[in-house]
Amino acid sequence: MSSLIVDLTSATDILHYWLSQQIAPESLTWLDEKRRQISEGAPERVFFTAFSAVPRYTGKKDLELTYQDWQAVEVIRSGWSPAYWSVDQAARTLLVLSLPQEDAEKYLRTLERVFGAADVGELVALYQALPLLPYPEQHRSRAAEGVRSNMTAVFNAVALRNPYPAEYFDNNAWNQMVLKALFVGSPLHPIQGIDRRANPELAQMLIDYAHERWAAQRSVSPELWRPVGQFCDAATLKDLERVFANPEPVQKEAAALACSQSPLPEAQALLACHPDLQASIQAGNLTWESFSQSA
Amino acid sequence: MMFIDPHIHLSARTTYDYMVMRESGIVAVIEPAFWLGQPRTSVNTFQDYFNSLVGWERFRAGQFGIRHYCTIGLNPKEANNEALAEDVMELLPLYVCKEGVVAIGEIGYDDMTQTEDKYFCQQLELAKELDMLVLVHTPHRNKKAGTSRSMDRCVEQGLDPSQVIIDHNNEETVEEVLSRGFWAAFTIYPHTKMGNARMVEVVRQYGCNRIIVDSSADWGLSDPLSVPKTAQLMLKRGIPEAHVQAVCYENALAAYSQSGQMQEQDWTNPPAIDQRQMFNGNTILRGQKPTVESGRESLLIE
Repeated sequence: MSSLIVDLTSATDILHYWLSQQIAPESLTWLDEKRRQISEGAPERVFFTAFSAVPRYTGKKDLELTYQDWQAVEVIRSGWSPAYWSVDQAARTLLVLSLPQEDAEKYLRTLERVFGAADVGELVALYQALPLLPYPEQHRSRAAEGVRSNMTAVFNAVALRNPYPAEYFDNNAWNQMVLKALFVGSPLHPIQGIDRRANPELAQMLIDYAHERWAAQRSVSPELWRPVGQFCDAATLKDLERVFANPEPVQKEAAALACSQSPLPEAQALLACHPDLQASIQAGNLTWESFSQSA
Repeated sequence: MMFIDPHIHLSARTTYDYMVMRESGIVAVIEPAFWLGQPRTSVNTFQDYFNSLVGWERFRAGQFGIRHYCTIGLNPKEANNEALAEDVMELLPLYVCKEGVVAIGEIGYDDMTQTEDKYFCQQLELAKELDMLVLVHTPHRNKKAGTSRSMDRCVEQGLDPSQVIIDHNNEETVEEVLSRGFWAAFTIYPHTKMGNARMVEVVRQYGCNRIIVDSSADWGLSDPLSVPKTAQLMLKRGIPEAHVQAVCYENALAAYSQSGQMQEQDWTNPPAIDQRQMFNGNTILRGQKPTVESGRESLLIE
């Protein structure tokens, strides 16, 4: 039996509370009735059709969270990011959380079937719900499948604002996800654990990708250098010199931040050639976080 | 002018088509579930097809600023494989209630066999039970009799004609369809269905009430710009603009919005979540320069 790393009761409670504030009472009654039926072991079809029908009852407005809600969320499940959800996503998640979970095999089979017949919005809701689901280590290949999706919305649902990949992906799956984020034009800063999961193989993949982009005379996202900095070698420093030479200020800032992360004296020397940037990094004014917020 | 193409098989089309469709003013499309040009051999390929109608194709259209809806059903050709048809009927309830599924369709007759009739009636029953609209495919051969019988079956199953769209009409079928209160859709498809000059005359004669123009563009010799081209021809040949607007936009919207799954603000003012997820950050809907253009004039491939 796997460990539950999330307090389901609280996730359920808080989702239900938010919905009670934001959808019509009749819709909430419908939802509660379906949750009851599902939790009491109603035939699979009840779950599937209710799951699909959710937006007909709830609409698709953005979920509105207060500052207190944000704080509560972090306590319930670190990294969970419902602040970017819509009300139908929240309601669908509640339905998934109503499924009986004791019989792992049956539970996982139902989940696999609902993934297998899901539309875009349903896939987004399911992948974003991963951090709340029991048997987390059983969802690795499903999550990797989401990373392979050609639908950016679905890819983003796994990769961005989701603690699951950093916690459960091996390096191979992780590295593919980060590289693909750049490839499809998604930002890197909403990837949770982007700094913690940096590794030399990923750094090399990213550098190779930058070279490919340059060869094709295409632009390179400055965020590419974020997981690279701490693994700089002499060749990388040559690349960073090229990034410094880019007229765009964000490119220079990214190069400076990458240098600042490197233990190499040569990297520090390169950074010293840009005293303004070096100063703002030392003063804590320029960080990858501040960089992402202004980007 | 904004256009809706309420019958087009986009799975068979390229992204280039999406680009020129959007440039020509098409803002929304409906993709009815049909066959693929050759019969399927397994229910799993139906499931993958349905998945693409509610997933990948919806997303792909969104990248070009076009709203994509679909209809789900077992088409009459493949209904003839009874073992497979049974499996598909089992699968339908999983898909028909999904977001953006505006009708059960396209269903009806191909060879008018008993098996076709059986699954047509079962699906009409499902539509009645779920209070859904129906899109009827009328047969290529024996069209007049097939159209009459399709409408008979709808009435027998207790469906309201205002909730049924009869498609692929021609000069021979239109009168009965309109007089019985159904929506009459016309497919502008070279050689086998309607030509657009004929369509101009149909609208001149019957007016614009409950008449809908579509392309049914698919993997055959067809034209994804049938709707805007027909609109242009109608204007050129003296059909009042209001009538053109009705048959190339408003009537399709009125018919299919009865489903509760399609409304004008889906493309004029989409929900924030859809703007984030379905339109891939593009700005077409806000009337700005599209992020992708067909680039017909350029030799450069960058």
